[in-house]
Formats: sequence, structure tokens, C-alpha cells
Amino acid sequence: MNLRLLYLLLAVVLVLWVLTPIFLITTLAFSDRASVFAWPKGFLPQQFSLETITFFFGVEGVWKAIRNSLVVAAMTLAFSILLGAPAGYALARYRFAGADSYRVLILLTRAFPLAILAIPLAVQFINLGIYDTPFGVALVHTALALPFAVLVTSSLFLGIPKELEEAAWTLGCNRIQAFLRVVLPLAIPGLAATAIFAFVISWNEVFAATLLTLRERTLPAFLLTSLNDSPLPFRFAGGFFLIVPALIFIFIIRRYLFTLWGIANR
Amino acid sequence: MRSERYIPYVLILPSVLFLLLLFAWPLVEALLLSVRGSGGGWTLENFQRMAADLYFRDALKYTLLLTVVIVPLQVVMALGMALLLGSISKGRDLFLYVWTIPLGISDLAAGIVWLAIFTERGYLNSFLQGIGVIQQPQLWLSYETPMMIFVAVVAAEVWRATAIVFVILVAGLQLIPKEYSEAAEVFGATPWQRFRKVTLPLLMPSLQVALILRTILALEVFAVVVVLGGRNLPVLAGEAYFWYNTYQNPGVAAAYAVIILGISVVATLLYLRLLRSRQDGVA
Repeated sequence: MNLRLLYLLLAVVLVLWVLTPIFLITTLAFSDRASVFAWPKGFLPQQFSLETITFFFGVEGVWKAIRNSLVVAAMTLAFSILLGAPAGYALARYRFAGADSYRVLILLTRAFPLAILAIPLAVQFINLGIYDTPFGVALVHTALALPFAVLVTSSLFLGIPKELEEAAWTLGCNRIQAFLRVVLPLAIPGLAATAIFAFVISWNEVFAATLLTLRERTLPAFLLTSLNDSPLPFRFAGGFFLIVPALIFIFIIRRYLFTLWGIANR
Repeated sequence: MRSERYIPYVLILPSVLFLLLLFAWPLVEALLLSVRGSGGGWTLENFQRMAADLYFRDALKYTLLLTVVIVPLQVVMALGMALLLGSISKGRDLFLYVWTIPLGISDLAAGIVWLAIFTERGYLNSFLQGIGVIQQPQLWLSYETPMMIFVAVVAAEVWRATAIVFVILVAGLQLIPKEYSEAAEVFGATPWQRFRKVTLPLLMPSLQVALILRTILALEVFAVVVVLGGRNLPVLAGEAYFWYNTYQNPGVAAAYAVIILGISVVATLLYLRLLRSRQDGVA
């Protein structure tokens, strides 16, 4: 009984370890300027104020950066699903020579440091005319999200019985119809989780986004490059705003977390 | 049936082409970039310039130190959390959700969050003042206190990225049949023996994956460090960024990228070797 209590206590301590910093940044984001610079600070919010948040959104370039981030993330999401889902389907439904090498190729990509991609691509993108465009950033982010998309959709399609599809064929559907009418509706929730995950990967990525843009900054790139000459309230509000969408997304896809990250075991 | 043999290849082709274009091609380009001089010939100029740079040795030192400190901390903590989760019955899902929240938080955001704690008028100083340790705000994140910046980076990274290791290990634990541990119990094994002789060896593949993944990510630590220390705590990925952005020198930046890749490859091979032989020894 005592051991139980100890375990529970430990678990609660870990919950506090995760949540306290998030609570503190939220407090700062919703304080007025004076509280942000106050010394010493109380741990509980002093007074609710939108001053810091309003100031953040009033800074020139913030809205543009948010728009760019959304565009890049949306493109990343679309590319990852369009390129990844067919490959995942092939891995799940067909035995073919090269399937294992393909899996190895996918896993290998995760062993690449981002710097080795971003620096030469920045140079090449200038030549290709896609430097400093959301499209160029989205390409690199897709490279990061695609391996996940392939592996996750593959396990997703594996979970949908092949018999259902075969039944549809015998009832007169061709392959494409059977896929669209039988498999796709069953796969939609998992595909949505994969898409959201790709979105979060892109929304959070800062290194490549900073190297590949100059004026068309994404939000993380904008925050990083303006760190040195921006006041603390701006940074705190920015940090808070970066976290919020990620928290919502993780909440939505929590059922699929293990398919997304635990996948590396298989 | 024969006519369908090409179907899987058609389905994977777009992703293969994309990955070749976005991984293989830049890899080759990065290597070329790093060994090509301004004149166009082959040269080690970029690497020499990198090695001669004031920041290089510190960047290498701090990157390796951070990795050596952060990764074991995260693995031990994540393993503890994964085992703890197994012995909790009530509210398991809630703990699981909260513990994995950091998965969605970026390195930049994590850096900013911990900046709020370690900054001059931040929560750490407020706390220390509250318990009477200090009277005036202490400056923790300055060039005079690289060790404190180091500590802040470790805190932020452990806070943010332990969840990845945790999820991989929990998924790995779920693959181990309960019967093994139960059988060991029947034969009189203590909880520690069961962990040491049954769970740990069977968890080795997951541990290997987690170690490799986290080490590679730790070696390219960037935004957290830039937010908390600027260049006062130089790291390799940060230097690559500065050489590309501030000095407009892609050659030296590529040399830094090649160094990061080199260390990552060596670390990966080391893990594969060390953990493989351990595993065989146990089995």
C-alpha cells in the first residue's frame, strides 16, 4: 500500500515537472508589462492582462510569419500524405522485392542531421529560384515528416482487413473504387492523425526554416532571428503562442502517439 | 495477377524519388561544398578555417558534453517513467497524456520557456530570493557563467525531449509478454532480478533505437542553446548557422554539417556494436 502511494507521488511530481514551466510561460503571456519585469515574481498570476499578447501581435511581421508558418505546414501536410500514404499502402498490402531495402531507406533518413540537408539546399534553392519561399521550406519539412507518414500509414492499412477490400472486388468494384469506398473511410482517422503530426513537425521546425528564408520567415524563424533585439515580453508571448497549437494537436492525436513514435520498434 | 506486380513499385516511386532528391542529393552537395575552395578546386581550406576558428573547440566540446550529459539522463528518466507507468493502475491514461505533452513542444519554445525561469528577473531568482538564498537578482545566462547556461540547456532539453525516449520505451515494454516476468517470479526472482535479467535484455532493441535517435538529435542541438546562451555556449549546429547566415560562408557551414554527420555516424555504429554484443551475451 505504501509503495503504491510512493509510485503515485512520483507520478504526480513528474506531472508537475512537465506542467509547471507551461503554467509559468502562460502566466507571463497573460500579464502586463510591469509584471513581466517584476522582481521578485510571484508564482501565481498577479493580474490578468492582454497587454503582452496584444503587443506581440502588434509587432510588424508577426502576422506575416504566422501566415507563412500555416502555409508551409499545410503544404508539408499535403505533400507527406500524398507521397507517404501510397507507399504505406504498398508496404501493407504487397510483398515485393525491395520492400525491406525501402524500409531501411526510410529509417536511414532519420539518422540525418538537419544541417547536412539545409545548408546545401539553401545554396541550391537560390539557383532554382525557390529560396525564401514557403514552398522551399515545405520541401525540407516534408523530408522530415515523410518517413513518419510512410511507416504510420503502413501500420494503419495493415490494421484494415484485406478481406473487406477483396469482398468489394467480388462485388464489382475495381481496385480504385474499392480503395476509395471501403479502405479510405476506415483509414480517415489515422490519416488525419498522420496529417496533424506532419503539421506539428513543420510548425515547430526552426533550423531549416531560418536558413532557407530571408523575408518570408515562418514564425519560429522570425522569433529566432529577432531574439537579440526583442524585449522579453515579446519572446515570452511568442514562446507561448508556439506551444498552444502543438498542445491542441497532441491532445487530438494522443490515441495514435504510439503508432507515431513507437513505430521505430517494428 | 502478373500484371499487378508493378503496382507496389508505382506506389512507392514518388516517395523514393522525393527522398533521393531531398536526402541523397544534398548529402553529396554538402560533401562537395565542404571540400571545394573559392577557386573551384579540391581543398581542405574550409575544414582548416573551421578548425582554426575561435569558437570551434568550444563548440565541439560543449556539443559532446551536452550529449554525454543529456542522453543518459533522459534514458534513465524515461525508463523510470515507463516502469512507473506499468505499476500505476488508476489514472494511467492521464499520466500518459501529460507526460507526453512535451512531444509537441519545439526546441525554440522550450528554450523560451526556460529563459523565463533562468533570466535575471526570472522564476529561479524569485524562488531563491523567496527562500532567502539571494537578495539581488543573479545573472545566470551571461558569458561569465557558461556552466550555468549549460545547466539551463540540460534542464530545457531533459524537460522537452525525454518524452520521445519514454514513448519508444513504453511501446517496447508493451511488446514483452507478461508471462516471462511471471515465470521468473515463480522461480523466485526478486523484482530487481526480473528487471535486470528479463525486462532489460528484452527491451534492448527499443533502448537501442531510443539511444540512437536521441543522440543524433542531441548532436544537432540548436535553438535551445541560441535562446538561452546565444553564442556564449557555442555548439556545432549553431556554428553552422552562424557561418551560413552571419558570415555568408556556405563552405565552412557545410564543413560543420559534415562534422555533425560524422559524429552521428560514429555514435550510431558504436551503439549498434556495443548493444548487440551485450544482447548476445545475455541470450
